[in-house]
Amino acid sequence: MTNDELKIKLGELFPSSAFEEGTEWTTMLAEPVLWKEIALQLRHELVLDFLFCITCVDWKTHLAMVYHLRSTTTQDTVVVKAKLDRENPQIATVSDIWRTAEFHEREAYDLFGVQFIGHPDLRRLFLTDDYEGFPLRKDFEDPVNMIKL
Amino acid sequence: MFEETGTTAEGDLVINVGPQHPSTHGVLHLVITLRGETIINVEPHLGYIHRSIEKMCESLSYRQFIYVTSRMDYLSSHINNHACALCVEKGLQVEIPERAKVIRVLMDELTRMASHQLWWGAMAMDVGALTPFFHAFREREVINEIMEETCGARLTMNYMVPGGVMYDLHPNFQQKVKDFIILFKSKIDEYDEMVTGNVIFQNRMKGVGYISKADAVSYGCTGPTARASNVSCDIRKLFPYEIYDKVNFDEVTATGGDCFARYLVRVQEMRMSLSIIEQLIDNIPEGDFQAKTKAVLKLPKGEFYASVETARGEFGVYIISEGGMTPYRIKFRSPGFSNLSALNHMAKGHKIGDLVAIMGSLDLVIPDIDR
Repeated sequence: MTNDELKIKLGELFPSSAFEEGTEWTTMLAEPVLWKEIALQLRHELVLDFLFCITCVDWKTHLAMVYHLRSTTTQDTVVVKAKLDRENPQIATVSDIWRTAEFHEREAYDLFGVQFIGHPDLRRLFLTDDYEGFPLRKDFEDPVNMIKL
Repeated sequence: MFEETGTTAEGDLVINVGPQHPSTHGVLHLVITLRGETIINVEPHLGYIHRSIEKMCESLSYRQFIYVTSRMDYLSSHINNHACALCVEKGLQVEIPERAKVIRVLMDELTRMASHQLWWGAMAMDVGALTPFFHAFREREVINEIMEETCGARLTMNYMVPGGVMYDLHPNFQQKVKDFIILFKSKIDEYDEMVTGNVIFQNRMKGVGYISKADAVSYGCTGPTARASNVSCDIRKLFPYEIYDKVNFDEVTATGGDCFARYLVRVQEMRMSLSIIEQLIDNIPEGDFQAKTKAVLKLPKGEFYASVETARGEFGVYIISEGGMTPYRIKFRSPGFSNLSALNHMAKGHKIGDLVAIMGSLDLVIPDIDR
């Protein structure tokens, strides 16, 4: 399907969702509270079975989760974004829908502090368990180990 | 420890493999729960070589950050650079010269072969055959010498820049590659003779580490790991970049889904790369090797994603730009990271000796996983 066809289809499935313009792929903005339902629909209605990238972005005022999804049968690609509160970032886990999310979400928790509700094993992945702070946030300061380039 | 996994019972044994162990191909720490000799649970502990490359890139310019990506998957550094260069070009909307495209594809395929050769030797070494390791390095040395003449480096090339390639090819390049094709055609048959048909090798590999097609997709596996489970995921075929749509080659898939299928896919990929190089080596177009770009690159505001097919799977670069000289946020979608997440699924129920074979067949490169 082309981007416009995908947009129409997604608009039918999720009437309340907004779209971003001028992007390479169809980009949908989702409410974090609805993300689990949206994810289930995307997986079963549109057969987007391949979650190939989960990115967390720190926009200083809020955090954003970006999910890149592709279908292995039709090669349609859909990007879903969700805005999270910076002080208390919470979003439902999708590790039961796409198993690869288990590692990716642990990484996002480790480096950004996003709490994934319902994740089976939410611990730090790269850093030690007693590490304080979230290094990939923009306001992270470490006077000893950080080198300003 | 015992409360953490939740699957352990009285009398289970928890052992550590790594972070420094020859079979983990780097600094990977595995916490394995054993019941007798059977694996109940494998839990990878990562981060031993985490250099926070994504954070570093936020303070590096668009010309500089490519150099850092060479250090990620150091066995296919050309292809990593390629992905970054493609992503920046997508943002700048630069069309690169035809010659640069062909050079890039040639270098990509040479790198893929070098990477698979090293994997082939390491894989055989993992299941107990040492000789193939030396054979593989002998042929890889020829590729490294070709690279060294053109790029000046043997491992971290940094040869691809936004707009094309950094230098023109060395005058000897064409002749040397032709010699290598003749050499390697006989050698790859030797590889097959030496290892593939070996009964002991087949017994160690067949039926071990099975992953179904649906699971491979769900775990986000790409590259030979997924193609061995009959998932069609070759970026070169699905979303052709550079000149891959003008080259004749097949996507290599297998239906086994076990270690042996992954082995066969990679050996066949070496042959496929050889045929791609054969088609291109006599047809390198004349002209510029680099498009003219500004001294200081500034990407427009927006998001750009480019992915290429490395020796391990889909390597993606996701740049979020705010219009400045440096990326606002950059994310590398590394193939090894997703492939590793399937390790526990593959290894459950097998013996601990099989774990080494499974890890070898996944072709893990740890700096690529940790980033």
